Amino acid sequence: MKEQILKEISPNDLLTEIMKIKNDGYRLVAISCTNKNGMELTYSFDKDYELLNIRLITDTETELPSISILYPYSFLYENEIKELFGVKITGIIPDFNDNLYKIPVKTPFGVNE
Amino acid sequence: MGNRTIVPFGPQHPVLPEPIHLDLVLEDETVVEAIPRIGYIHRGLEKLVEKRDYQQYCYVAERICGICSFMHGMGYCMSIERIMDVEVPERGEFLRTIWAELSRLHSHLLWLGLLADAFGFESLFMQSWKLREQVLDIFEETTGGRVIFSVCDIGGVRKDISSETLMKIRTVLTEMEKELKETTSVFINDTTVKLRTKGVGVLTKQMAFDLGAVGPMARASGIEMDMRTQGYSAYGKLDFKPITNDGGDCYARTRVRIKEMFQSIDLIRQCIDKIPGGDINVKVKGTPNGEQFIRLEQPRGEVVYYTKANGTKFLDRVRVRTPTFANLPALLETLKNCSLADVPILILTIDPCISCTER
Amino acid sequence: MSVFKMSKTLLKNIFHGPYTVPYPVKKKETYERTRGKIGISIDDCIFCGMCERRCPTGAIQTDKAKTSWSIERLKCIQCGYCSEVCPKKCLTMENQYTAPSYGNVRDEYVKCTNIQSPGES
Repeated sequence: MKEQILKEISPNDLLTEIMKIKNDGYRLVAISCTNKNGMELTYSFDKDYELLNIRLITDTETELPSISILYPYSFLYENEIKELFGVKITGIIPDFNDNLYKIPVKTPFGVNE
Repeated sequence: MGNRTIVPFGPQHPVLPEPIHLDLVLEDETVVEAIPRIGYIHRGLEKLVEKRDYQQYCYVAERICGICSFMHGMGYCMSIERIMDVEVPERGEFLRTIWAELSRLHSHLLWLGLLADAFGFESLFMQSWKLREQVLDIFEETTGGRVIFSVCDIGGVRKDISSETLMKIRTVLTEMEKELKETTSVFINDTTVKLRTKGVGVLTKQMAFDLGAVGPMARASGIEMDMRTQGYSAYGKLDFKPITNDGGDCYARTRVRIKEMFQSIDLIRQCIDKIPGGDINVKVKGTPNGEQFIRLEQPRGEVVYYTKANGTKFLDRVRVRTPTFANLPALLETLKNCSLADVPILILTIDPCISCTER
Repeated sequence: MSVFKMSKTLLKNIFHGPYTVPYPVKKKETYERTRGKIGISIDDCIFCGMCERRCPTGAIQTDKAKTSWSIERLKCIQCGYCSEVCPKKCLTMENQYTAPSYGNVRDEYVKCTNIQSPGES
């Protein structure tokens, strides 16, 4: 398998970084969120089987811009993270307003036991 | 502008094997927009990793979905193996490949049956599932389960297949290939099938890329993308080429999946010829620490496994990005401007697996 | 005409008869490896509790004091992990399925010791 690159960025640089990646012709593979030591978001991209990961650490208080203006199909990932983890992602098109999943608990993945 | 109506589609619908809800905005008979609503079978399996230790989670991972069961288990095990630097014995890798390809075969046969059912060709549906039954019997004989195998383990596989059984599988597959040719020729040549699938839901190459489609959906639009070419497991030692088609419509997607079935049979044959002797698993000691991304090719497309471990026996996070999740945006796009009667077929051609999507 | 592509297969099927098994009359044979249900030879059990700890669904309960081993059949997912970790290899995966049932059934097995009479529990 090809190399996996991991790049850490600050949440403020998110859109500019992703803009660069999009211009390089990468495909969005996944957005993953991990809830340990703050919300850790990993955006994974693929080009010719090479995996590029962009990582940023945020919390549930800070607002994070949506990348759905650059990658329209990111809306499902972002809605999912917003709903399950409670990360405040703004400007998702379309925004499901926490109604994507039918769950009785609010942000079930966001709480640490 | 015609009359606008909203038709709720699903979660209970004859064409859907699993619940998904779509709000279809119609203008007369044409779909203008489709809004998905999922979450009827969200079980929170990713969160369960904090309660089950990393070895128990093997069994949870393969229960994410019934049809891609084996590859879910395999993807999870591979990610832990990669973190812990475990080298799986070669025979184990080959056995995994055999089961993975058999899974693809049974998944595609299931899908063909459902497709035939969706356009009302009942006898063809029965025929496809009759063939699938033989694959399920192989599963039961070799692993003990018809759908959930429980054979994949961190460090290899649990059960071996004897050489007599391998020969038997070979004969069964040769017989099946003949019948498969007969059945699939109906899908390819029959006029009524063509009428329902040709030119329906066209996804151009550019669109497929822009919408992030994966698996047969992307390959039917001419994108050559197959994670198996990266040579995980035993795929590096096998000879194959990704199957693509430039059509981009339902017919092209059917053809791609049909060709993939024959390819799977061929790959299994190659595996049976090349399988070496020796151990099938290695003992794994200690606890994982680190993180890893693993990508595999499931019957429905690329699956991403992200595993993060912290040095204890409980993992921090397992994240599964399943192929249907990536194909949903493409489905929504193809639904635009199609007629209401084509909606069931279009939903089926992405081969939706909602259990995977919601986990 | 390619409309009649299916006819050959259909004719074949008519002469062949059903491919299915007429279930209550004839049962489908199980294989040696079929994972049906967990069985225990209770006399070999040492009640170490390994199976209880390893079971992914928590279907098994052991009690050392009472020398009893029990399994909730509907919770069991037939993964076979318990039979694999059992140090005395007294747990086995049998190839017959459990009978269908209403509600939860907990099958309890008690080891007869000299101190305890067999009827107890």
